Amino acid sequence: MSDLPLSISGLTVAYQRKPVLWDIDIDIPPGSLVGVIGPNGAGKSTLLRACLGLIPVAAGEVRFFGQSYRQVDSRVAYVPQRESVDWDFPINAIDVVTMGLYRQIGWCRPVRKRHRETAREALQQVGLGELADRQINQLSGGQQQRVFLARALVQRADLYLMDEPLAAVDAATEQAIVGTLRSLRDAGKTAIVIHHDLPTVREYFDRVVLLNVRLLASGPVEEAFTDENLQQTYGGRLTLLDRATEAIARREIRT
Amino acid sequence: MIATSDWLWELDGWIVAAGVLCAVASSLVGNFLVLRRSSLLGDAISHAVLPGLAVAFLITGSRQSLPMFIGAVIVGILTAALTQGIRDSGKIDEGASMGVVFTTLFALGLVLIVRAADRVDLDPGCVLYGAIELTPLDTVPVGSLEVPRVVITLGVVSIINLAFVVVFFKELRLTSFDPALADAIGFRSQRLHYLLMTLVAVTAVASFESVGNILVVAMFVVPAATARLLTDRLGVMVGLSAVLAAAAAVIGHWSAITVPRWFGYTSTTTAGMMAVASGGLLVLAIVIGPRQGVLPRLYRRWRLAGMILRDDLLALLFRSQERRSESAPTAGLIRQALPVNRWRLRLALWNESRAGRIESVDGGYRLTPVGRLRASSLVRAHRLWEQYLVDRAGVTVDRIHQHAERFEHFADRDLRDQLERETEFPSSDPHGSPIPSEENRDNPSSG
Repeated sequence: MSDLPLSISGLTVAYQRKPVLWDIDIDIPPGSLVGVIGPNGAGKSTLLRACLGLIPVAAGEVRFFGQSYRQVDSRVAYVPQRESVDWDFPINAIDVVTMGLYRQIGWCRPVRKRHRETAREALQQVGLGELADRQINQLSGGQQQRVFLARALVQRADLYLMDEPLAAVDAATEQAIVGTLRSLRDAGKTAIVIHHDLPTVREYFDRVVLLNVRLLASGPVEEAFTDENLQQTYGGRLTLLDRATEAIARREIRT
Repeated sequence: MIATSDWLWELDGWIVAAGVLCAVASSLVGNFLVLRRSSLLGDAISHAVLPGLAVAFLITGSRQSLPMFIGAVIVGILTAALTQGIRDSGKIDEGASMGVVFTTLFALGLVLIVRAADRVDLDPGCVLYGAIELTPLDTVPVGSLEVPRVVITLGVVSIINLAFVVVFFKELRLTSFDPALADAIGFRSQRLHYLLMTLVAVTAVASFESVGNILVVAMFVVPAATARLLTDRLGVMVGLSAVLAAAAAVIGHWSAITVPRWFGYTSTTTAGMMAVASGGLLVLAIVIGPRQGVLPRLYRRWRLAGMILRDDLLALLFRSQERRSESAPTAGLIRQALPVNRWRLRLALWNESRAGRIESVDGGYRLTPVGRLRASSLVRAHRLWEQYLVDRAGVTVDRIHQHAERFEHFADRDLRDQLERETEFPSSDPHGSPIPSEENRDNPSSG
């Protein structure tokens, strides 16, 4: 139990009383590639953000390697959605990758040459060695996504949480990212990846988490990624739960 | 030209110093307001500090600086917090919640100040526009020098802001670019946000009385926005914005004294003119900024058009010689083939003659050996492209010419060789015209 990279129990996240995630229990064993699958608005991004303490949690507990996130945050790397940042920001690729080392560098200490070298190596690893000094808005969408991946790699974490790294990328980027994920797994690391493309799930992942506000299934692909579970995941919400929360919300407005 | 008789260093020198310090202090923190897309927060905070000033005054009953300073800064930070609170509470976007908070606080401040002004001299007009011209009157002795109090205050604020930007440069970059990652790796973006807001409020309050509201609000945003147009590096942007801000302050004061005289008026408000000057610099950056400027872009386009025209001219002469036409084409004939006005063509002909690529014979033009070399590689590129488009891209023969016409200008030796390989070394293009072979530069074959 204590070595599980990620263990979630009873996690509930609500936005203005409306549950976005409801009573989630997930255990992720080490050395696995996990795909998080679910329709839009199912709370996939919210799950990652709640685990990292980026948004308040209504109830439940999240343990990383048996400890709280703050105790082991150096073992966890997070890749936000590409659209979450401003790609017109005045910064080049290598400076973005260097951000992955800021925790290691510490508050108010300058970025040194060896940090930049580390960042350069990571960029080479994702096939962007020559674009290190490029302004980030001159990179294609796929290249931007690989910059984000490189930024996670320099953190040398044991657990990677990635928000849609394969969304709207070119085929070369998809292969580069999937290849990197596999070599991470082969090195005993764990990656939890929000994924939207159902046909590639079996090929890319060992385990899946099927999510639609509540947890529909979590386990090895061959057990959990079944037609029945998919139908439940995409077939609609728990309507009674929705009605109950709407009733609560209405009551609150009236009083 | 500086009208030296009107410029008194002991007066104007200090006024400019106050303006420059205010401008630099504001622009340093302003960079991060602009990059976080909350430029208006600077505006909001500098207006909303008014009730803080008034309340501190009503409580202490004095115009002593320190209590008023603290009161104003607290309300300034409150503005940032309230804005965020209202935004998070429901369906009000950031801009609207900012508008709600600062207009309410500002109005409250005006009410309080009018109330207070009945008793003492707290002048709303002065608070709004400032009184930078009065800077040299209120001095404090520093060593043997009488330094205006305002200059000392703004100097200290400038140093604090500079230290903040230098010490937290890495953290400011991270939290401005990707606050989610910052939070995830333990750099609390909220903490830095409120530190930044505190300095914005401190800067606004320090500038309030002396140089007025208009100048700070302009200097929070305009120099940083200007610098952003001129560079893609954050460090350069911050430095450049400070230089631009200082320049605007100097130009502004000089214009306030000088410009109105051209129209027969006496000098105008310096703080206003400084803000106008910073706007002028922004317009200048939009028009002549080397990368995104309107004029440089037009110039680059004009030069590219010129290059394409000269290429087309060479290719035209090459084809004419290829057909072994009797007479060399005249300028008039060329103009029928190339859609271009007379002057541009004349310029292109002159350019190519001077470069020794064409020569005139009997009123017409023909290629020199050097020109032939260049022309043959252009025509080669054109015909290889046509072959490629038919072979590889499946474009129909009737449409390939226009595409090839565009691509031919952007095909160097490497690309031509690659095209030749991809199209399996053709000897003629889809129209049946022969594809010239790559000619050796050392041994140009003459036509």
